[in-house]
Amino acid sequence: MPNFKTRILANQEIAPGYWRMRIQAPGAVADCKPGQFLMFRVQLSLLPLLRRPFGIFRTGFQPSDVDGLPPVEYLEILYKIVGQGTAMMSELHQGDRVEILGPLGRGFSAGATGREKILVGGGIGLVPLFMLAQDLVEKNRVRLLMGGRTRDDIIAITEFERLGVETYTATEDGSLGEQGLVTDVLEAKLKEIGEADVFACGPMPMLQAVQKICARYEAPLQVSLEALMACGVGACLGCVVKGAGHSEQTPRYLCTCKEGPVFRAEQLDWDLMDATESSCEGCK
Amino acid sequence: MNSTGSKNGISLAVEVAGIRMKNPIMPASGTFGYGEEYAPYIDLDNLGAIVTKGLSLAPKAGNPTPRITETVSGMLNAIGLQNVGVDAFIEHKMPFLRELNTPVIANFFGNTLEEYGEVASRLDAIPELAGVELNISCPNVKKGGIVFGTDPKAAFEAVSTVRKRLSKPLIVKLTPNVTDITDIARAAEDAGADALSCINTITGMAIDVRRRRPRIANLTGGLSGPAIRPVAVRMVYQVVNAVSIPVIGVGGISTAEDALEFLIAGASAVQVGTANFVDPDAMQKVIDGLERFCLEEGVDDIRSLIGSLEVA
Repeated sequence: MPNFKTRILANQEIAPGYWRMRIQAPGAVADCKPGQFLMFRVQLSLLPLLRRPFGIFRTGFQPSDVDGLPPVEYLEILYKIVGQGTAMMSELHQGDRVEILGPLGRGFSAGATGREKILVGGGIGLVPLFMLAQDLVEKNRVRLLMGGRTRDDIIAITEFERLGVETYTATEDGSLGEQGLVTDVLEAKLKEIGEADVFACGPMPMLQAVQKICARYEAPLQVSLEALMACGVGACLGCVVKGAGHSEQTPRYLCTCKEGPVFRAEQLDWDLMDATESSCEGCK
Repeated sequence: MNSTGSKNGISLAVEVAGIRMKNPIMPASGTFGYGEEYAPYIDLDNLGAIVTKGLSLAPKAGNPTPRITETVSGMLNAIGLQNVGVDAFIEHKMPFLRELNTPVIANFFGNTLEEYGEVASRLDAIPELAGVELNISCPNVKKGGIVFGTDPKAAFEAVSTVRKRLSKPLIVKLTPNVTDITDIARAAEDAGADALSCINTITGMAIDVRRRRPRIANLTGGLSGPAIRPVAVRMVYQVVNAVSIPVIGVGGISTAEDALEFLIAGASAVQVGTANFVDPDAMQKVIDGLERFCLEEGVDDIRSLIGSLEVA
């Protein structure tokens, strides 16, 4: 399923400002790996011009609405309205035609079996963690630490719980779960269990804090980054991040779309990461 | 489609600077990587030619991020010409490209006359390259940063330096960021260019008003996409009327109709740029659309459309 025209099966607001879109996608269940993303064309016109990158939340089959026809294969994205493109997406309805390029990029790798797994999600950053959780729960104990500014930013938690994932939430205003930062919860959990693989996606300041904590506890960390990108296939070079060892003299840029969006923490230069950089609409 | 580009009795084939193409459609440098990036999405052998990402003597890391931002019907970029360098291109990218049944044109740039000359020599030694496209929209670091392509004398020097080191067809890509593009076009022609491509991106700027910050780290960037097409069509028309070498039209083409505007204005071929990012199959759609247009209009050879503009 590299580049295909398809139709929307459902598009609903699930929390204030957060939407879930289900898209018909033949082959999605076999093709999409945890942590991969797609490029979504909002309209087949020039406004907005560029596609938007979104992490793939989940894939599956739903019964056909015509009796006797086989189930319909789908993929889902969750998105937050942050700009023109996502606002236009929220106006789309069931049956509307859309164009998808994907799945794209390198996803998560599962890490050592049996070792505890901690997933850390910040707001819409939760998206690429769901399919990872689906894979991990079969053989591992999995915890999800979910953070947001308010309770409105805590989305899709019950779906993780249904998989058998232990969930912990933290909000900055205390409106849901513990009051404080999700990274404080991470530190407490690592202190408690000692050894774990950590997987994180969320705003850059959160990822930077996660990286520091994981380094302190020597916990292997994979992060899924978001970036502005035009093509999604490694051609425009708009989505690069600074890799480990980057300097003016020895520049080491990595393409978020092609070499990521999931990176091992040690691949990246965390000191040079710009915390204010991320201002894109998608989750990637 | 056979090698002459003839199908349904319609010929889309063109020849530019001695390079024979099945059709007049090729990617604009920097929007198509080194070809292989798009191989999963489009049959590269169906293209008129492939134009590579701009190459320099040494690998180039490019600019800090953010490097791109979207604007109304366009995008601004300041990638900073990130590329693998000419030697790595020969070693790692040519093996893929030389297997294609499509002419390959290597785009390149430099920041000194010496660099331009040296890269030209190395590219000239690659037998499978059909030609080169010279980007003169770069500052001359030895001359206070004056952009080669904005001064007729500097443009002449850059083009003639390359011409002396190159036996292959030489296409010179012009910047639109000048008062009169025909002055530069004539200088390039006089210095030995076999063809011109116009236009490169238009310098622009965009501001994030909430953060009071430029939207791209480099402050300014190159505007591309449908927004610039009327400017590009105008400049192609002017250049076509100022020189006697062929002109390749570039700037905001995403459909066959867009491409036809340039051909009718006098371009011998066209390049598709930003549209490749939006739709990796965009060039195939343009090619198919050109053929449909010819069928509908009873045109059996697309060359008869070139320069067919009627001005009352």
